Amino acid sequence: MSNLTHLDRLEAESIHIMREVVAECEKPVMLYSIGKDSSVMLHLALKAFYPSPPPFPLLHVDTTWKFREMIEFRDAVAKKYGLDLIVHINQDGVADKVGPFSHGSAVHTEIMKTQALKQALDAHGFDAAFGGARRDEDKSRAKERVFSFRSAQHRWDPKNQRPELWNIYNTRVAKGESMRVFPMSNWTELDIWQYIYRENIEIPSLYFAAERPVVQRDGVLIMVDDERMPLKNGEQPVHESVRFRTLGCYPLTGAVRSTATSLLDIIRETLLATTSERQGRVIDSDAGASMEQKKQEGYF
Amino acid sequence: MVTARDLIAEDIEAYLKLQENKSFLRFITCGSVDDGKSTLIGRLLYDSHLIYDDQLQTIEKDSKVSGTQGDKIDLALLVDGLAAEREQGITIDVAYRYFSTANRKFIVADTPGHEQYTRNMATGASTADLAILLIDARKSVQVQTRRHAFIVKLLGIRHVIVAVNKMDLVEHSRSRFRLIESDFQELSDKLGFDSVTLIPMSALNGDNVTTRSTAMAWYKGPTLLEALESADVDRAEEHSGFRLSVQWVNRPNLDFRGFCGTVAAGEVRPGDEVIAMPSGKRSKVKSIVTMDGEQPLAVTDQAITLTLEDEIDVSRGDVICGKDDPVDVSDQFAAHVIWMSDKKMLPGRQYRFKLNNQTVLGSVSELKYKVDVNTLAHEAAKTLDLNEIAMCNLSLARPVVFAPYAKNRRLGSFVIIDRLTNETVGAGMLDFSLRRAANIVWQDLDVGKAQRAAQKHQKPCVLWFTGLSGSGKSTIANLVEKKLFDRGRHTYTLDGDNVRHGLNKDLGFTDEDRVENIRRVSEVAKLMADSGLIILCAFISPFRAERQIARQTMADGEFIEVFVDTPLEVAEQRDVKGLYAKARRGEIKNFTGIDSEYQPPQHAELVLNTVELSAEQAADAIIGYLDENGYLSNAL
Repeated sequence: MSNLTHLDRLEAESIHIMREVVAECEKPVMLYSIGKDSSVMLHLALKAFYPSPPPFPLLHVDTTWKFREMIEFRDAVAKKYGLDLIVHINQDGVADKVGPFSHGSAVHTEIMKTQALKQALDAHGFDAAFGGARRDEDKSRAKERVFSFRSAQHRWDPKNQRPELWNIYNTRVAKGESMRVFPMSNWTELDIWQYIYRENIEIPSLYFAAERPVVQRDGVLIMVDDERMPLKNGEQPVHESVRFRTLGCYPLTGAVRSTATSLLDIIRETLLATTSERQGRVIDSDAGASMEQKKQEGYF
Repeated sequence: MVTARDLIAEDIEAYLKLQENKSFLRFITCGSVDDGKSTLIGRLLYDSHLIYDDQLQTIEKDSKVSGTQGDKIDLALLVDGLAAEREQGITIDVAYRYFSTANRKFIVADTPGHEQYTRNMATGASTADLAILLIDARKSVQVQTRRHAFIVKLLGIRHVIVAVNKMDLVEHSRSRFRLIESDFQELSDKLGFDSVTLIPMSALNGDNVTTRSTAMAWYKGPTLLEALESADVDRAEEHSGFRLSVQWVNRPNLDFRGFCGTVAAGEVRPGDEVIAMPSGKRSKVKSIVTMDGEQPLAVTDQAITLTLEDEIDVSRGDVICGKDDPVDVSDQFAAHVIWMSDKKMLPGRQYRFKLNNQTVLGSVSELKYKVDVNTLAHEAAKTLDLNEIAMCNLSLARPVVFAPYAKNRRLGSFVIIDRLTNETVGAGMLDFSLRRAANIVWQDLDVGKAQRAAQKHQKPCVLWFTGLSGSGKSTIANLVEKKLFDRGRHTYTLDGDNVRHGLNKDLGFTDEDRVENIRRVSEVAKLMADSGLIILCAFISPFRAERQIARQTMADGEFIEVFVDTPLEVAEQRDVKGLYAKARRGEIKNFTGIDSEYQPPQHAELVLNTVELSAEQAADAIIGYLDENGYLSNAL
């Protein structure tokens, strides 16, 4: 075998996938969710099209409950690389004052994330949307195609997926239908961290440990990121050195106690961890098939 | 793993440096539920310590509900993904699994084994370099083993590990294993793999999976994990001539043209001489461009951006090759096809074929025979059903660049797409071209005007700009050329400046010389049209008769007369080059409009009044005319 390392090969595959979308799809967009996977995906896009800028906009679906540090990071990155950034908020949800505390995580995610995403995709008429999901994240993702077909209603039909052979991707869709494209399907969490380290990729400060105000609920440490968080009787935010293994809406994202303040510290901690990364996400901890169901309904 | 954990804890940086140099292996596991395939993969993941505590807790819970191992953890539940599969206890789709050891990262395509899932197995095999075939030690080589081995071989996998599983149920018998070994030998002799390794094991108990079995001390070969770690899956592609199938052309500005794609074979360095197929145009590699600077070398499987020394015509689907052994071009093939749709494959029906960055219409012109995947017998057939495999002749609507699948998986594989539903209905492998004569394309024989024009996606024509000196002919012609160039068209401008200094420098401005000037220009334009170009001629060309001769030189519909209509007073007022002033002073003789006649066209295809129109608007009007009249109609 040639001297390409596993990271070289993963990178090459991702770049090939991104170029295929740009060569064949009419109006692609990149879903940018600010986390480490999105950071890697954006880095790959910068490499794939160099010296051109990525020939598509970035779309961030803002649930209005993201960590403030995430929004700052997002805007700084867009500015640094001169990217075309679209921010979409479900205004119907805002009018109805939908939030994770008032409506629960399921309703909040459905309206402010899934519905909002569909609204944005429809409004702009995107026929392909890149996502940073990996097959190692979840059992149902393990079987999803790299080019994952979506009906005009954005539905995924796991039992009727297009066969995907070699590196030949069938990108053809009828009007209104679209593709979700996962260029990092074959990466694992360890690969992501190794690549961030190798390529020196910038990630939000939330991944690094710092003193943050948190409360403990149902065994999950929740950061009190703003005054919208209602405190229960006797609940008192305490400052603890914590960090996050994944980023999402702050009320739905559990922190872990940590003193890891450098990238190497984080990677060491991740490699020695004994719980999978999505465990900190409140949305996943229902039945085993939960993600599969959400994905069928249009969740990324 | 203990040492790895220690290293992570003590010197994470050293650990990461080690990890960066890991190699990569993609393999497929073939077998059915009963062979314990999911258990085997679950065991690999479990023994490589890749299961997180929370995942394990879920599996322990699930094991009690739907597990098949009583109180033991059912490792198969780790890999059976979709809810439907967990309920039915079968693996119906391809699932990809990841694990790594200190030396290698692995991607496992876990595919179902039953005959009705042949297409899923082919999908998993298409990206794999090695296959694990599972055999139940109690049953030895079965019909399904034959089927799996055949599909694995068909998809070009050359290395096989035979996992003789459930040895615990045959009392770890050495003679039983030897018997299976000779049974399999017979099959593999027929198919011809490069390497075959048989390993006796028990996935359930972990014998010879990652740790050596004490129950089978008679076995001296590698454990499964050792075999996977040491498998040498060097591919022929890496040592053959350079091939880059162009996926996308990167054009951030007029000064940069980067050819992007994944290296399908060989390697390339700046300075290498290359030949682009199908055009046969030659050039040299100028640079290998990356965000981290120019690179001295690119190798097989890398996704790269190349720039070339010369401005040669290369677009998506073309293949840039090493200069000595360009790939072939053909439109007729012998190929193996795997049908993947519930709707029958019908010979003669038009489908889309996507291969190697090219999508073309085509059909199966002849179904030679189908293969019984269980007996490998050839059978006559009129149509193909789901999961059937056949040897076919293909006929494509236009020639495509290709390599036989046996030589290059990237350049010899294709998928078949339904024209109406856009579903992927089949996949296949090109065996050889049915027309060796197709090679002539790169030898530049038998190529006519039509072929040259079709290759450039345009209809050749001459835009003949006529008008007074200073009317704006060259300005407008230049704008039109820029616009056409931006749209990827192939053009050339002939005007007084580049003709009178060379070809026609022996000519003056007498009436006779003006006629000869136009005659020569017309002939040059004709040759250029023959090469497929859009030619822009900007000449005062004052006489109707000469313009008529130019028109007659060209084929019907190829001559477009553009009258740049500017009144003498306006042109003289502009007098960009100061020529009118000189002519008025008598310093220039025979100056059109002053002391030589201009005969305006009576039937020009386009009349552009430059008093009313800006140069930009005039150029747009010309582009509009070309669009409307089909000169640019072939979509790029």
